Amino acid sequence: MIGIVDYGVGNLFSLQSSFKMIGQDAVVTGDAKVLAQSDRIILPGVGAFEDAAAKLRETGMADAVLNEAEKGKPLMGICLGMQLLFEKSFEYGEHEGLGLISGNVTDLRKDIPDSLKVPHIGWNSLSFKKETPLFKYIKEGDFVYFVHSFYATECSDAILATAEYGTEVTAAVCRDNVYGCQFHPEKSGRVGLDILRAFCELQEE
Amino acid sequence: MITKRIIPCLDVRDGRVVKGVNFEGLNDVSDPVKLAEYYSENGADELVFYDITASAEERNIFTDILKEAASKIFIPLTVGGGIRTIDDFDRVLKCGADKVSVNSGAIANPRLIEEAARKYGDQCVVLSADVKRVDGYFRVFAKGGRVDTGIDALKWIKDGVDMGAGEIVLNSIDTDGVKKGFDIEMLDAVSSLVDVPVIASGGAGCADDFTVLFKTLPKVDAGLAASIFHFGEVSIRELKNELAKEGITVRR
Repeated sequence: MIGIVDYGVGNLFSLQSSFKMIGQDAVVTGDAKVLAQSDRIILPGVGAFEDAAAKLRETGMADAVLNEAEKGKPLMGICLGMQLLFEKSFEYGEHEGLGLISGNVTDLRKDIPDSLKVPHIGWNSLSFKKETPLFKYIKEGDFVYFVHSFYATECSDAILATAEYGTEVTAAVCRDNVYGCQFHPEKSGRVGLDILRAFCELQEE
Repeated sequence: MITKRIIPCLDVRDGRVVKGVNFEGLNDVSDPVKLAEYYSENGADELVFYDITASAEERNIFTDILKEAASKIFIPLTVGGGIRTIDDFDRVLKCGADKVSVNSGAIANPRLIEEAARKYGDQCVVLSADVKRVDGYFRVFAKGGRVDTGIDALKWIKDGVDMGAGEIVLNSIDTDGVKKGFDIEMLDAVSSLVDVPVIASGGAGCADDFTVLFKTLPKVDAGLAASIFHFGEVSIRELKNELAKEGITVRR
């Protein structure tokens, strides 16, 4: 069973539906006990970092996620959920993340030409940087769907894939059993479902 | 780089897709869920569901259909039609919509754009404008293009973006249904004015119209059409092959 962390941020309908589509049982839960019973965990998120990080802590889900990650359970953060895995975000101030992966989250605007629009919204292709079981069903150059204005930096050791958008935008990361996708696999058609399928086949570390 | 997007639009009334469709292998061609799945499997980058119902009862049918479609297709989904309040945003977002498009509802209450952008983020709010030339000016029309509001379209769109609209759908009433190509002049005026994505709508009759659109106006991000896709006059896959041949970045 997959535990999708519910901490009052974002709409989890599509995410839950996408697991159903690939024949996986997924529960949306804000209960640490249910997360403990899950085989793997998804940390979703949309909106502002500060607000999401606060809600994650207030609901006790931050500790629950850290506990499960510590056990070696496969964990994947999606979009803002990926950004929350890092040490710090500089989105409107300076805010602490979960610190599961070294690196920071910074403003994409500062690193790309003015002619490019922010948010970075739309379909962009992946360049692979490291081999990973997460991509076993997809190929380099496949397109995935992005919606974001901030991105992970100073995390080169963890980068699995990037997307070109005026700079190399961190698209997917991994440290041990902890994974993150800046894009939305649940909105990336077959390619996205194939990434989720591969995630469901990861074993505990 | 970000690709240009091809977006089919499904007008839904009383649970059926309004414009007739004719696809091989699709038995129930006016079933919105089946059609959405078909497009999703065949290269559409995004889908628009447009609710053209009148009664509250029909609205519930639409919402059920939306939910079913969103549980089966995994590409971005925009919903429009009859969006007048934040509650309307809430209703369709809960059913799996990613973006909500406002038109007449925003003309009646422009603050809707602002409130929705603050609550759900700019990327969620699409301003859809039906525009027609009147006395040499671009004018906004409401109620599905039937009522001249007297509002200057360029000012309205600029204000909409300033209030938080994250994307513009520009539907030219002048070229809509004519099938002689998109309204390049109108799209040029709008895409030079705002720095959010602009989606061209109204006038596509063949694949070449999309090539002309993206080559003439590199700032336009997407092309939207309904009947030419529904009737199978243009296949999205073939259209994308054509665009790629012309050096335009598309997802294939």
